[in-house]
Amino acid sequence: MRLSRRVLPWIAALAGLSLGIGLIWGFFFTPDDYKQGSTVKILFIHVPAAMMAINAWIMMLVTSLIWVIRRHHVSALAARAAAPAGLVFTLIALVTGALWGQPMWNTWWEWDPRLTSFLILLLFYLGYIALWSAIEDPETAADLTGILCVVGSVFAVMSRYAVKFWNQGLHQDSTILKVGEKDPLDVAYYVPLVICLVGFVLFFILIVLLRTRMLIRARRLIALEARERLG
Amino acid sequence: MELRVENLAVARGGLVVLEGISFTLCPGQALVLRGPNGIGKTTLLRTIAGLQPPVSGAISAATDDLAYASHADGLKSALTVDANISFWASVYGSGQTAAAAALDRLELTALRHRAAGQLSAGQKRRLGLARLLVTGRPVWLLDEPTVSLDQAAVALFAGVLRAHLKEGGAALIATHIDLGLEEAGGLDLTPFRPKHQRAVAGGFDDAFGEIIGAPG
Amino acid sequence: MIALLARDLSLAFRAGGGFGLGLAFFLLVVVLVPLGVGPDSAILAAIAPGVLWVGALLASLLSLDRIFALDHEDGSLDLLATAPLPLEGVVAIKALAHWLVTGLALTLAAPLLAVLLNLPAPGYPWLLLSLAVGTPALSVIGAFGASLTIGLRRGGLLLSLLVLPLYVPTLVFGAEVVRRGATGLAPATPLALLAAITAGSLALLPFAAAAAIRVNLR
Repeated sequence: MRLSRRVLPWIAALAGLSLGIGLIWGFFFTPDDYKQGSTVKILFIHVPAAMMAINAWIMMLVTSLIWVIRRHHVSALAARAAAPAGLVFTLIALVTGALWGQPMWNTWWEWDPRLTSFLILLLFYLGYIALWSAIEDPETAADLTGILCVVGSVFAVMSRYAVKFWNQGLHQDSTILKVGEKDPLDVAYYVPLVICLVGFVLFFILIVLLRTRMLIRARRLIALEARERLG
Repeated sequence: MELRVENLAVARGGLVVLEGISFTLCPGQALVLRGPNGIGKTTLLRTIAGLQPPVSGAISAATDDLAYASHADGLKSALTVDANISFWASVYGSGQTAAAAALDRLELTALRHRAAGQLSAGQKRRLGLARLLVTGRPVWLLDEPTVSLDQAAVALFAGVLRAHLKEGGAALIATHIDLGLEEAGGLDLTPFRPKHQRAVAGGFDDAFGEIIGAPG
Repeated sequence: MIALLARDLSLAFRAGGGFGLGLAFFLLVVVLVPLGVGPDSAILAAIAPGVLWVGALLASLLSLDRIFALDHEDGSLDLLATAPLPLEGVVAIKALAHWLVTGLALTLAAPLLAVLLNLPAPGYPWLLLSLAVGTPALSVIGAFGASLTIGLRRGGLLLSLLVLPLYVPTLVFGAEVVRRGATGLAPATPLALLAAITAGSLALLPFAAAAAIRVNLR
């Protein structure tokens, strides 16, 4: 708690700074794509949001495992705290994807493997959050959502492959990892994109920290109330 | 087959409800747990039955010595009395003769072709208790076994229990009614209430309730 | 174990046991889709594999919440957990009973309903085979979902929300087998993947479900 309070303002400032620089640079100081025009600039939100949507789930998996194995309470609450953030990132990725897809592929929605996977991921997030909020006892809720998260992860990976198998898709391949090769993504985009990515990561950490602190306080309140009642 | 409980603490809803309980139950003995509603009799029985983990302390008994009978009888109202008891007889591998004998002992033989849903509350309870006989297990953990039984049925059940003890069985009973078992010891749970309300160590309330003083 | 299976089956076939409900629902889906989509037999033939699989999936979803909830209500789940049966085995048996009552019945009914949707003739054996291979996975995944929502009073909707995303791979591969079979492509690959999902789910999910039940009974 104490440590988190001390680092919070720094993370907030850094997140704001890198997001500000990255987005402004990305939106106003990069050239238009010769094919996609200025619509390409939505990638500065779309790509980091999509990456964070997956990273948030991975973080939930890790913290759930820490809870299941080591029974570390903050870890369970951190997993819970990350879920709504992951859900929102998934939504942002889907919405910006739709906005980008409209001028590019001339359709708002396409049952493309990547898009479909994100839709399924959205369902996973919804189920996870719903299970947390449905169970009163925190220990039971933490255990059951932990089990769901682990099993869900396996099925999420299977769904990804299933969906890939099912439709080869319109979506361009992920560009970011290919920079080293034939450089399909211009350096002009690459630098602000990385700054945006850092900003999104910091922003995510900020939200998770804030929400974890909030959940810890809520638990503390319940514990205090229970103590009050019982004398 | 001996049930030994040492320095046991049990919890409900993240709070310790009973602690420091020790007793030994030898063959032929019965122990009646007493105490006001909500003191944790059910929690104690469930913990000993292995349905929930103890907070601390030890329970030494082979789990296949224990037969637990909860508030609910676990009856399927769509099935006949016969089918209900035979099911548990085959789960415990004790065979159909044991099932018929159990029904006989609790005077349910005449009702055996009735659906369990059509029984009166007391008859259901007797059927639930008949299940204990087909488990073939020596140590019975009974949670309010006499609820909704009339006087005659209580006496009937006390007879069954006495016979079970004579055969070297044992029973741990949470009840408010005097079963008239002279050989049964009593254990008042009131002194085992924790002096101060406290959360289970390592539980959620403990993890976050104890750092109230900490800033941030 | 066998006694448990027999008990669950006889309960399912009795009044209020839910047998037939799934089949009726399956029939409803298959009747309603052409009414909504229109009578064009070419379109119906094209969407038949997917509609049949989605219908079977939704129909098996219908009775999932009964797998453990009823036993929890009347106390028999507590008693089963203290009985000399491994809880993992109880889960497996209950999933098997669910499959025999819904999955198997749906599998056998599917070819009849496929006639209504003009499924091309080569698709029939693959429809039967893919449902026979895939519906056990639906039952065991469903049993896992049901084990998570045991203690909840209105767990039905939550259960659907939890289970549907887990059903995705099964649905995708299952419908793909039929689609490929119906159009004369080789359905071996998706069939193998479908079988792998079923085998993996059957092997691992009973353990996860038993762990969840223990947590819920605590």
